[in-house]
Order: sequence, then C-alpha cells, then structure tokens
Amino acid sequence: MKSLSANLKDSLAVALVACLLFGPFLGLQLRDGDNGNLALTPRPELLAIAVGLTFIARFLMLLWHDHRPRRPPAAGLSYAMAKTGKYFAPALLVVAVALPLIPGIANSYVDLGVLIMTYIMLGWGLNIVVGLAGLLDLGYVAFYAVGAYSYALLSQNFGLSFWECLPLCGILAAAWGIFLGFPVLRLRGDYLAIVTLAFGEIIRLVITNWVALTGGPNGIDGIPHPSLFGLKFSMAGGPGTFAGFLGIDPTPSQRTGYLYYIILALALLTNWVTLRLRKQPLGRAWEALREDEIACRSLGINLRNTKLTAFAIGAMFGGFAGCFFATREGFISPDSFTFIESATVLAIVVLGGAGSQLGIVLAACVMIGVPELLQSLQIYRMLIFGLALVVIMVVRPRGFISTRRPTVSLGHAKIIGAELISEGRG
Amino acid sequence: MADTLLTVADLTMRFGGLTAVNAVSFEAARGAITAVIGPNGAGKTTLFNCITGFYKPSAGGISIAHAPGEALRLDHLPGHAIAKKGRVARTFQNIRLFGGMTVLENLLVAQHNRLQAATGFGVLAILGLGRYRATERDAIERAKYWLELTNLTERADDPAGALPYGAQRRLEIARAMCTDPLLLCLDEPAAGLNPRESAALNELLLTIRGTGCSLLLIEHDMGVVMKISDHVIVLEYGKKIADGTPLEIRNDPMVIAAYLGEGDEDDPDAPIAESLAESIVVPMEDAP
Repeated sequence: MKSLSANLKDSLAVALVACLLFGPFLGLQLRDGDNGNLALTPRPELLAIAVGLTFIARFLMLLWHDHRPRRPPAAGLSYAMAKTGKYFAPALLVVAVALPLIPGIANSYVDLGVLIMTYIMLGWGLNIVVGLAGLLDLGYVAFYAVGAYSYALLSQNFGLSFWECLPLCGILAAAWGIFLGFPVLRLRGDYLAIVTLAFGEIIRLVITNWVALTGGPNGIDGIPHPSLFGLKFSMAGGPGTFAGFLGIDPTPSQRTGYLYYIILALALLTNWVTLRLRKQPLGRAWEALREDEIACRSLGINLRNTKLTAFAIGAMFGGFAGCFFATREGFISPDSFTFIESATVLAIVVLGGAGSQLGIVLAACVMIGVPELLQSLQIYRMLIFGLALVVIMVVRPRGFISTRRPTVSLGHAKIIGAELISEGRG
Repeated sequence: MADTLLTVADLTMRFGGLTAVNAVSFEAARGAITAVIGPNGAGKTTLFNCITGFYKPSAGGISIAHAPGEALRLDHLPGHAIAKKGRVARTFQNIRLFGGMTVLENLLVAQHNRLQAATGFGVLAILGLGRYRATERDAIERAKYWLELTNLTERADDPAGALPYGAQRRLEIARAMCTDPLLLCLDEPAAGLNPRESAALNELLLTIRGTGCSLLLIEHDMGVVMKISDHVIVLEYGKKIADGTPLEIRNDPMVIAAYLGEGDEDDPDAPIAESLAESIVVPMEDAP
C-alpha cells in the first residue's frame, strides 16, 4: 500500500491540472459590460468546487485502488464472452433477422438498424485490414466513397440497376485498394497511417473538385433505389410496384425493411467470407503478418501479395457498403465521406477488439446506436457518449473481445489471451 | 569435398563505411552440418542474412545446388523466394514466433505456399470445393511429424508465446523444417538452453541431418559445435580465418588467437581447446 502522503501529492497534482483546465471555462465568465463591450466576471467559487471535487475523487480513487482485493489479471470477461459467443452470436442473428418483423415497430428503429448494420459491415471490412493483417488504415472511407460514386455514376450514365452495379462497385473498390496499397507496402505503423489518411483525403478532394464528373460539392441526386425482382418500392403504389403487386397499401416501412435485409445479407456475406478466410492459408498469413513480418518472409510468404489481398478484400467490402449507402440515401456528396467516417469505423474495430467479429457488432451498436438513442438528452449526449468511450477503453483497453480463437486444433481448441496477441505495427 | 550444396564466393557486405563481411568464400557439403563460429561482431549473422536473403550482398555470389551439378543463385532471388524456390529455411537469434497463434498454426503458416496453391486463389476453398481439405490434412500430418520430433505434441494447441524458452527454440526449428528446406540455417540455436536441452538439441539436429537436410549453424556453444559439426568455418572481423574439421579448428593457432587474444600467454602449453570449449559460451547478441 502506498503511503498517504504519496496519495495526497498525486491528488494535489491532479487538482492542479484540473485548476488549469477548468480555469478558463468555469473560473471566468463573459458578460455584457458597459456600452456594448464584453466584461469578464471571475467565478472563483465554481472553480473551487470543481477543483475540490476533482481532488476528492482522485483521492478516493487512489484509496480504492490500494485497498481493492487483488485479482489475477486474467481477462475473465473476455474469456466468458468468447465462450458464450457460441450462443450469443446466433441469438444476435435471430434478433437481427426478426427486427423489421416485430409488429408495430417504428420505422425509425428499422432505419437505425440499417445504419448500424452499415457500420457493422464497414467494421467487418476494415477488420480484415486492421484486425487480421495488422495494417493501420486511416483512409478506409476512400473505398466507401469509391463504391458510392461508382454506383451513382454507373446508374446515372449507363442506367445500370443496383444489383448490376453491386459487384462492379466491389471490383472497382478492390482495384483502388490494390492501387493505393502498392505505394504503402514498405511503410509501417505511423507512416502507413499517415499515408492512408492522406489517400482518404485525396479521394474526397478529387470528388469535390472534379465537378464535371461528380457534380462537385453539390453531389449527385436522384440515385435509383433498389428493386426486388423488378418491383419498385414507390409510395404511389400501382402496377409495377411492390405494394401494387401484392395488392397492399404502400408504406415507408416496406422499403426500409427491404433495405434492412439487403444490408443484413451484405454484412453476413462479409462475415462469412472473413470467417472462412481466417481458417485458410491466406487468413493465417494475414495473422502471421500481424504477429511478425520478418518471420513471415523467412517462411517464403510473399509479403506484397499478402498485404495487397488484405487491402483489396477489405476495400471490396467497403465498396459494397458504399454502393448500398448511395442507393439508400438516393443522394451523395463529398460531405458524407470525411475523415470522421474513417475514424468512426476504425473506432468500432478497435473498441470491438481488433480481429473479433462479434466484438465489432457490439462496438457498432455502442458507437452508432447510443448517440442516436440518446437524442432526447440533447447537448449532454456527446458528453455521455465520450465518457462512455473513455470508461470502456479504461476497463477494456484491448476492446470488448480481445481474445483469439485458434483456426485449427489437434484436440480441444483453447482461447488465446490478449496478452500474447500482437497488434501489428504496420 | 565431394558434393557441394551451398557455395559462397567472395561474399562482401558493406554498411556505409563498415565492411561486415569481407570476401568470404566457403562451401557447405550436402548432408553435412557446417558451423560458422567467431567472436561477437565477426559478421556471422550478417553472413546469414545475406544467405537467407535479408540483405543484398554488396559483392560476391551465393548459389545452392538442389541436385549435384545445378546452381541456383540465391542472391538473385527476392527475399521471400529464398525459402520457396531456394529451399533455404532459417531461424533467428532472437526467437521470432507468431506468439498469438498456436503451435500448430505456426507450423501451418510455414506451409503457406503449398496450402495456398491448393485453394484455387482462395475462392474454391471458401466455397469448400477443390482439393484444399486433403492438402490441409497432409499439412497437419507433416506438422504432427515435426511436433513429435521436437517433443511438442502435448503443446500443439497452446499459443506459441506461452511456451517456455527451450520449447520456443525447438518450435522455431520445427517451423523452419515445415517449409521443406534443403538447407536449414540456425542462428545460435543453443543460446539460452540448459545443458540437458542443449544435448536434446544436438540429437534433434542430427535427426534433421538424417532426413537429408543439410545444416548451417552459427553457434557460440563449443559443446554443440565440436560434437555435431562436420565442418567448421571461423570468421573474425568479417574475414574467414580458418576452415576445416572440428579437430583442425581446435588446434588452429589463428583461431585460438582470435578467441583468446594474441600475444604472450603465460602458459602456451595449456589445453587451449578445452578452455575454448568452456569459456566461449557467450550470451546472445541482440542484433537481428
């Protein structure tokens, strides 16, 4: 146990930092002064309360830290989650499939489901690059944009339908993945992150400035919505529409439900391909690359091809998701593809526990669902959200599910703890 | 020597102004254990990195004869092709395992190229078609064979990072052997092993030689070198100073001078070879 004086000293230091931080925000207030000028009013009481609370909180935290029972560092929750994943994942799937069918469910919830599912798919796509291959990619939104603009331009200029464009969008995004992957093959860690970040921005700037092709900042409007075997989802009803064919009243929830099942199917495809690839030489090579690049090379693994396939396959799923985004919104503009999208998807992957499929689902629900559900709290919503993220990362620094399940075993597969798993450096 | 596997001719490696390996030439015989010894900083690991493609030599050539009479230039191959086409495998001085993957997975990653060829660009294997399943079964059988030889069968499903040090060394050798090499290069395989483990390692290396794979090893542990090697090469300051059977090396005045320092020794008749064997068990260097 540390001595009381050390704790006091630590708490004082924290209180000093709090004083500096809170000083301008709480300690000073701007008010209307004489003849239209602004005046500063000091509020020492408020500042004192804030700093005092910080001091007490820090002191109590240290006290608790010293006295709490020592637990073995084994990540009990993580193992439990990885184990229950066997039942938890199918249960989640059932919920996901049944969501739009729940009687009386508000359309807005299904719409939120579509949004979350889009991010789950993006998370699973990026997971191939970041979680499995250990390549830090900060420009994933570039492929999302390529997919979205591919569909928008192909449908506008050539009149292709969503289902014809979907594979093309994937192929185009994968091609860009390879194209952008080539220059960064030799880069690692921070340098890789910087260059991929730049690529994400370059794609967005090109889209913004190539007005003749992409409409620039005005975006592209009137992107067709997907049809079901030629049946449109139109509010007008009548022949040739889904509602008219079935002889029911057209409602907005029909289209939302349809979109929901499309993105669910796409996300499940991503998941299935990833899970299959993990158990194959390519997936194992990705994970080996994350663990030790030099050893991979000594075993005759072609690093260039292995990295490029990771970029390409990750980009392909980003392209699919982008195609879906364009058809869902009906309108796209460069504003939808800013760095914050890349950051959100990366946060989902990291928060979920890099490499874990189930963790990404949970993280996407938290990252996308929580801010939406907290709408009623208005200005406090981002505060609570930010606090929640900090707490999660303090409690679970390697993400929700940080363990790894072996891809092959002779006897009984044992779950591998996070402490042994490398995060990759690029 | 009768049948040469590896030929190193006038190999030179410079790093800026420093010449780490200076016009070294030697041959390693097929089916033999060739040891490279020398004081710290003599250029042994640099030589290894040139042979295994991690460095491009500044001058000179390295070639391997897969069959007598053939010659494949290793220094012309790209890095990853050394293991694939050149059939040269290596281990590392500071163990490089895939710590978060199981022992078995480590051995399957080593067989990547053969397995990947059977997946039909990944597509067939994803759909569960083709001959991938049979190839993977073969790969697991091969892995089991090396697990048995390295005494790791019990630990097959444990993460490699959780193994004790000696087992990690053995696993690294097993992993290298799973690439089906003709030449296995071992960078200080006995470093950090206790005498019992060291003796077991000798057995393992002799077994590997028995399977038809030749070995090239860097070693400081003279117990290992003198007992099992057929041929010894001594480097000092990047130059080869001696080349011969262990017995010749033991009595070579240049080698003794290199290890014990030149000049007026008090007792020139002391059994230097024995003291050589005991004194030169040096801890690991930390160069790559």
